Amino acid sequence: METMETGSARGRLDPTRIPAAYWAVGAALILIPAVASDFVMVQIFARTFIFGMIALSLMFVGGYGGMVSLAQLAVAGVAAYMTAILGASAIGTISLGWPWWLHIPAAILIATLFGTLTGALAVRTAGIYTIMITLAIATAFFYFVRQNYVVFNGFQGFNQVLPPHLFGVDWRGSIAFYYLCLFWAAFAYLAVLYVARAPFGLALQGVRDNPRRMAALGFNVTAHRVAAYAFASVIAAVAGILMVWLSGTISPGAVAVGPAIDILVIAVVGGLRHPIGPFIGALIYVLLRTFALDVLTASGLDPHRFQLLIGLGFLAIVFWSSDGVLGLWERWRHHSQRTDPLTGRTREP
Amino acid sequence: MLGRFIERHPFWSLVIIVVAAALIWAVFAPWPEGLEEAIGKKKVFLNALINGVTLGALYFFVASGFTLIFGLMRNVNLAHGSLYMLGGYIGYEISVSTGYWLLAFVVAFAVVAVLGVILQYVVFRRMQGDDLKQTLVTIGISIVLADIMLWIWGGDYYQILAPGWLDGPTTLPLVSALKSDGSPVYLKYPIVRLVILLAAIVVGVLMWLVLNRTKIGMLVRAGVDDREMLAASGVRIQRIFVLVFAFGAGLAGVAGVVGGTFQSMAPGEDIRFLLASLVVVIVGGMGSIPGAALGAVIIGLSEQFGSVYFPTYAVVLTFLIMVVVLAFRPQGLIASGR
Repeated sequence: METMETGSARGRLDPTRIPAAYWAVGAALILIPAVASDFVMVQIFARTFIFGMIALSLMFVGGYGGMVSLAQLAVAGVAAYMTAILGASAIGTISLGWPWWLHIPAAILIATLFGTLTGALAVRTAGIYTIMITLAIATAFFYFVRQNYVVFNGFQGFNQVLPPHLFGVDWRGSIAFYYLCLFWAAFAYLAVLYVARAPFGLALQGVRDNPRRMAALGFNVTAHRVAAYAFASVIAAVAGILMVWLSGTISPGAVAVGPAIDILVIAVVGGLRHPIGPFIGALIYVLLRTFALDVLTASGLDPHRFQLLIGLGFLAIVFWSSDGVLGLWERWRHHSQRTDPLTGRTREP
Repeated sequence: MLGRFIERHPFWSLVIIVVAAALIWAVFAPWPEGLEEAIGKKKVFLNALINGVTLGALYFFVASGFTLIFGLMRNVNLAHGSLYMLGGYIGYEISVSTGYWLLAFVVAFAVVAVLGVILQYVVFRRMQGDDLKQTLVTIGISIVLADIMLWIWGGDYYQILAPGWLDGPTTLPLVSALKSDGSPVYLKYPIVRLVILLAAIVVGVLMWLVLNRTKIGMLVRAGVDDREMLAASGVRIQRIFVLVFAFGAGLAGVAGVVGGTFQSMAPGEDIRFLLASLVVVIVGGMGSIPGAALGAVIIGLSEQFGSVYFPTYAVVLTFLIMVVVLAFRPQGLIASGR
């Protein structure tokens, strides 16, 4: 991983310097449809990619910007709702039925605007206040869509929001949808990796570490933070559109406070240091969510205590490692490889 | 201080005086018919007003504990809503099994305060100054607590019954309407809510006095400003912080009993009251007892008036108020004057 960081820091990607693990994971992900069932592809992996992208947008503002935002799911929710409202759904009285080339960009644009505005409000605060105001905005959005029947169809939301039939491919099919999600997840992941090392990302990390010094150097601290929100919002918006296509429905329950906190749980359990963290967290979360019931029942425990299991697991991870699974992994690797703590490179013998 | 405020903000003082006068007139005078036609019956208005203020009293109980712990000690306790709900359930059990309503307050305070002390020892002392970690750990704790409470008490609604001497309505000296022969009709209101409002005022004043006029309050304030210096001068600072934490958590437990009597206990109330206390404390100003009182009344009133006059978006209104306050006065309406 380190070799790749130095390699692409020059702005050029040399295929021979990408570590073998990347090739292996990439190949495995591409080959999964050959072996996996529809259920595994869509309900496990596509879901992982989508939650991972929303958590990735949280990771970007939280990990590189130092601002933990709980409003990222709301941004995804705006995109999902806009897809349903501007595109087609079963609620014909509300949905406008615009063509795909119009309603998808419009949904992303509106969600990004929403996320940027949220960010502009949130950057007036710091630390725990940011968490609170973003939580409040997410909650306000949830209540608003639940109460508004004219545009957001209230409690029921929208159903039968389906991906378009495009370029001769039916994107509703599990294999096509799997690759669609994989593509956008990989794209978002690489985009975050790239931006983190671009001048903007470096300045953002400088702002996170010492805003006063960055301001003294002539960087506009507020603008960098708001821009970070805007960039993260685009990722969340794309994930939001995939989210509504995954289940075909969007309702207030999907953007409630509980799911918004789940996104934070995913990002933190995975790790906020590196963009791969959110995807690891999402995979763990989706696997737990899907199979915890069976495991609990099989081991003779009360299947209703699923939330307790998640809570305890989350508690254990944040209590012992503030950096999630990635932190645990790195700690273990440092132990076994004796890497130099300063440079992160393996020491020469 | 009041005179200085008028000197510095002549315009806003005038606005406040006019609004206050209009409010007093609207409360005490019988309304002319034109006004009743425009915005509805006076009885509805009065009920919303008093409901709002008493709901504010309930919010004050929750939020004052939150503001003490957060504002004074910089400890982020997102499990505060769970403490509230635990207090409510314990209060229910006690009042059902013993039949003493007041005993429920004492036990709920004690049990939740002990839990608060445990939290302070096990969680907050280990991560002093690490906001994010405190947030995450307390979110985890609240998920776990919520599920344990769901396990024990299930998803039913529980209501704590007020004792007989607080049951039923009382007549307030407020005219709600005029009969056709011109004789006034007075407003009737549940007595238990008024008693709780009174209790909230007493608790609030006592807390302010303790913080500002006693030695222990002085130590708390000094510890917040510079804990190392205070510890160096020989004060056992951790003991004070444990005390404050226990008191703040205990207040959440008491609030649970109040909430259980006012409304009811059910899963989900923990998040509702956590959010309510967040909003109240942010609107009022972190760490300020008068701020918590002001914020609680504003949020209580906005919820009640919202649900009467524009019911669809009443819940959104609360959060809008908070967003506006954060956007224009991030430190809260009453900045930390403690």
